[in-house]
Amino acid sequence: MSDPMKIRASLVGDSTEVKVLMSHEMETGQRKDAQGQTIPAWFIQNVVVTHNGKTVLAAQWGTAVAKNPFLSFKFKGGAKGDKVTISWTDNRGDKRTDEAVIA
Amino acid sequence: MIDRRRRTVLQSGGSATLLGLLAATGWLKPGEARAEAWNKGAFDSHSMPDAMKALGGTDSVVPSKDIVFFQTPEIAENGAVVPIGITSNIPKTESIAILIEKNPNLLAAVFDLPGGTEPTVSTRVKMAQTSNIYALVKADGKYYVATKEVKVTLGGCGG
Amino acid sequence: MFARAVFALAAAAIAPAAIAQGSTADEIAKYRAALREGNPAELWQARGEALWREKRGPKHVTLEGCDLGLGPGIVKGAYAQLPRYFADADRVMDLETRLVWCMVKLQGYTESDAKRNVFGSGNDKKSDLEALTAYITSESRGVPMKVPLSHAKEMEAYRVGEKLFFFRGGTHDFACATCHGEEGKRIRLQDLPNLMTAEGAQKAYTTWPAYRVSQGELRTFEWRLYDCFRQQRFPELAFGSEAAIALTMYLARNANGAPYDGPAIKR
Repeated sequence: MSDPMKIRASLVGDSTEVKVLMSHEMETGQRKDAQGQTIPAWFIQNVVVTHNGKTVLAAQWGTAVAKNPFLSFKFKGGAKGDKVTISWTDNRGDKRTDEAVIA
Repeated sequence: MIDRRRRTVLQSGGSATLLGLLAATGWLKPGEARAEAWNKGAFDSHSMPDAMKALGGTDSVVPSKDIVFFQTPEIAENGAVVPIGITSNIPKTESIAILIEKNPNLLAAVFDLPGGTEPTVSTRVKMAQTSNIYALVKADGKYYVATKEVKVTLGGCGG
Repeated sequence: MFARAVFALAAAAIAPAAIAQGSTADEIAKYRAALREGNPAELWQARGEALWREKRGPKHVTLEGCDLGLGPGIVKGAYAQLPRYFADADRVMDLETRLVWCMVKLQGYTESDAKRNVFGSGNDKKSDLEALTAYITSESRGVPMKVPLSHAKEMEAYRVGEKLFFFRGGTHDFACATCHGEEGKRIRLQDLPNLMTAEGAQKAYTTWPAYRVSQGELRTFEWRLYDCFRQQRFPELAFGSEAAIALTMYLARNANGAPYDGPAIKR
């Protein structure tokens, strides 16, 4: 079970700024362990962010996104108290959804 | 056709011809289920010609000064975490993609930006070595690119 | 400053295409500044706070009764006054040894269980101590360092730490001071802090623990000392040993006055 994401959603003018820190190994599949075996790739492939049911960002990621990924972006609208929901799915089929309230 | 492009790619390094060959579609059309599709071919690309083929598209890519890198350092102390910020000032920007020229896999990330979402993203990538970063923008069905070299003092893929 | 300017001139003479040392340092400073936001250390902080409040161990008790020096359960500002003498243990302890003490005394763990996996590795081998340290230290952010030096054992720890700092040994005859005892020293592109000056000691000490990008992990001051010993080709520095605590005492006390600024993020 992965650790919860740390999400900050705040109003900046008439936009909502979303910053999220995710807990994920983002293993490239390039590394080898002490026995010389390749450590399999394990990484977030899809990220979806919604606000009031509307998708505000959809991302496809590869192994080159850094471990414990950080993402920041802005969308127009949003009001204090609204929920922003972030979901990720990784190449093992693991999923995680967390939400935050716009402050 | 493909052979000619391949030769040109291998010869030209960072020239305009290379950029011209960086074609990109492969982003989802509006209305398609965004959440689960993952462009395996594009992400598995190990070279510019492969990435181009997988991302599809035959449009040429126009270098643009309206794509700006921000909070992207000239030198990364460690290639495992390199901050990249990209803003597109091109109207009707639909997506922003990050490609890293000298990485084992070229394509790092693709961000679809629905209407109402600002054309700016900030994230962190891994770089295997000093390399050009390409910020590839799809706007109003056309493709644009900006390039920035980031020097890496310690590569970040192999541990 | 002068050393840097001299190097820049020399570099320019030898390799006209090379970046002058000064601007390289500026660019690296920009890299570090860009990383400050979205520090993965926050993930360890969150996990550490959960561990602090969770009923665990054979006695099924939280750590909220643990006295870090300011009274049972008082976390805010505690790290800025560590290491310190604890009467109940009759010894000087740093944060990590104090956490082990509380895990043993309050929660009923054996010492070896409490010290299992002190340095985490990936998703499968997480370190509870690193998470707890990240949480406790985050509650001292902004608080001026105020390590006490009043008890006889505190003073002894400081003196021993100072001696260790200058002690030359290992296969390379290194001491801490070899790398950290002079201005302008560098390993490749890494500027080495001069721990002999207040400014150097403050900047160095107040930024641990830190998310260490090259490790992909949150690393504590115990780890920093352990890794220095390894790089000096010294015998292994045992976790929570007298030597580790003494060196921590020496360096933490030398950082007094500066606001604590962790957990940070480093390359």
